[in-house]
Amino acid sequence: MNTTSRAQAMGTHLFVILLGLVMLYPIIWLVVSSFKPSYLIFSDLSIWPKEVTLDNYTKGWSGVSKSSFGTFIGNSIMLGLICVVGNVVSCSMAAYAFGRLSFSWKKVWFALMMVTIMLPHHVTVIPQYVFFFKMGWVDTFGPLFVPKLLATEAFFIFLMVQFIRGLPRDLDESATIDGCGTIQIYWRIILPLAFPALITTAIFTFIWTWDDFFSQLLYLNSPGNYTVPLGLRLFMDSSGESNWGPMFAMSVVSLIPALIIFFSLQRYFVEGISTTGIKG
Amino acid sequence: MKQSAKSNRTSMYLKGLWKKNAVPYLFLLPWFLGVFALTIGPMISSLYLSFTQYDMLTPSKWIGTENYARMLDDPRYMQSLKVTFTYVFASVPLKLIFALAVAMLLNKGIRALPLYRTVYYIPTLLGGSVAIAVLWRKMFGGGGVLNEFLLSVFGIQAPDWVSNPKYAIYSIIALTVWQFGSSMIIFLAGLKQIPMELYEASQVDGAGRMRRFFNITIPMLSPVIFFNLVIQLITAFQAFTPAFIISGGKGGPIDSTLFYTLYLYQKGFAFFEMGYASAMAWGLLVIIAIFTAIIFGTSKYWVNYADGGK
Repeated sequence: MNTTSRAQAMGTHLFVILLGLVMLYPIIWLVVSSFKPSYLIFSDLSIWPKEVTLDNYTKGWSGVSKSSFGTFIGNSIMLGLICVVGNVVSCSMAAYAFGRLSFSWKKVWFALMMVTIMLPHHVTVIPQYVFFFKMGWVDTFGPLFVPKLLATEAFFIFLMVQFIRGLPRDLDESATIDGCGTIQIYWRIILPLAFPALITTAIFTFIWTWDDFFSQLLYLNSPGNYTVPLGLRLFMDSSGESNWGPMFAMSVVSLIPALIIFFSLQRYFVEGISTTGIKG
Repeated sequence: MKQSAKSNRTSMYLKGLWKKNAVPYLFLLPWFLGVFALTIGPMISSLYLSFTQYDMLTPSKWIGTENYARMLDDPRYMQSLKVTFTYVFASVPLKLIFALAVAMLLNKGIRALPLYRTVYYIPTLLGGSVAIAVLWRKMFGGGGVLNEFLLSVFGIQAPDWVSNPKYAIYSIIALTVWQFGSSMIIFLAGLKQIPMELYEASQVDGAGRMRRFFNITIPMLSPVIFFNLVIQLITAFQAFTPAFIISGGKGGPIDSTLFYTLYLYQKGFAFFEMGYASAMAWGLLVIIAIFTAIIFGTSKYWVNYADGGK
C-alpha cells in the first residue's frame, strides 16, 4: 500500500472515530452529569466532574409523588415481559399458518395483514380507548398487553413469515412421515428453527414497550401504575433546577436495560434490522 | 336417491373444507380476534365517529362532514400540518443522507467495523426514550450545553433552541437525524450486495468517484433507498414522543412544535373532542397514503430491481 492511500485510510479512520464521539457526546454528558452535584450540572460543563456524588441516584430512586422509581421499573419490566410472551406466541402462530400451511382465503388474509403494518395506529386509537374505558380497563395494564396477545403488531408476523419461508421443507415432510401432525411440526420443528426470528421479535418488543410513551400516557393514570417513561415525565413536570440531578440519574438507569439487551444479543439486532428493515 | 347423493357430496365437501382449514384457522385465531376487534372494528368506528360530535359521556351526534370542514378552518390544525410537513421533509432526507454517507464510509473496509456500527447505532437504540428527549430539551435549551459550547469556543451567542418558536422544531429534527442507525445498517447490508467488479470495470473505463457514485452506487442501492424512504416517511408522520417531551406536552412555544399527532392527542384526550380527533386521524391516514402512493408510483422511474421487479 502506498503512503497516500495509507494516509487516506488513516484520515477516514480518524474521521469515523471523531464522528462517533460527537454522536455519543450527549449520552456521555448525561452519564457524567448524573454523578455531579445538582448545582454543578449547568455551571460546570466539562466532561470530568470536579465533584462526584451518588446523591442523585439515591434521591431519584426514592422517586416523586410517593412512588419509588423502583415501582416504575418493576411495572415496566413486568409489562415488557408479558408483551414479549404475547407477541412471540401470537405472532409465531399466525406466521406459521401464513408461512407453511395452506387454507382457504389465505391470500386475502395475508394481504390484510400486510396492510395493517402500514396503518397509522391513530385511526384505531380513539375507539380502542372508548372500548377499554367502557370495559373499566383504563388505569390497568390490560389495554397495553392484550393487543399483543392478539398479534396486532403484524410487523412481527411478517418478519417471522419471511424467516419460516426460508426454512427447508424436507424437515416438515420427514416429520410428517414420522407421524407428526401440523401442531407438532409447529412446536417441535418450526419454533426451534425460527429461534433467531423469535429472539429478534422478543428484543424489539421489549425495547419498544419499554420506550412506548403514547399508549402508556393514555392508559395509566395513577402513579402506582406508572412505568419508566411516565415516571421520568413526572420528574420533568415537578422539576425546579434542583431536580435535574435525580432526573438525569434515573434517565441513565432507564437506559440500562436496552443497553444490556443490545450488547448481549447484538448479532440478532444487526440481522434483524438488515434482513427486515426494522424501523427506528 | 339423488337427493341423498347430493347431500352426501355436500357433507364430503364440508368435511374436506373442515379438514383443510380447521388447524390453520386455529393458528390464526388470535390474529383474527385482534384484526377484527382491535383493528378493523375500531377503524370503522372511528370513520363513523369522524362524522359525529362525540365526547364519550353523551351519545354521539351525527353532524355530517362538519368536522372535516372545521379542520380546514382551524388555524391550529393548519399549523400542525405545517409543523409536521416541515419536520418530515427536513428530517427524512437528512437522516437518509447521513445514514448513506456513514454507511459508505464504514464500507471502505475499515477495521473494527462492528465496533463503529455499534457506536453509530446506540443513539437509535436509546433515542426513542423519554430519557433522551428530556436530555435533548436540556442540552438545546437556553443555558444548555450546546449554547455554552458555542459561546465559549466560537463566541457565538446562539438562540434558545427550545423556547424560541423560530428554532424549536430544529432541535427535534436534529434529534431524529441523530438516530440514523437503523437506516445505516440497512444501507450497509445493501452496499455489501453490490458486486465489486462493477466498480473495477468503471474504474478501468476512467469513471471518477462522482460518476461511480451516481452511476453505480445509487442505482444499485435504489431498492434499499426506496425501502428506507417508505419506512422513515410513515414513521416520521406519526412522530409524537420528542415533540411531547421537548415542548412539555403543549406543542409550544406558540404552537411551533405542534405536531399532527400531538394536536390529535390534545383534541381527543385533553378536550375529549373525539369526533374531531377521529376526523384528524383519517386525515393523517389519507396524507400518509398519498405520499406512500407517490413513492410507489414513481418507483418505476428510479428504483432498479435486478430481477426486473418480479
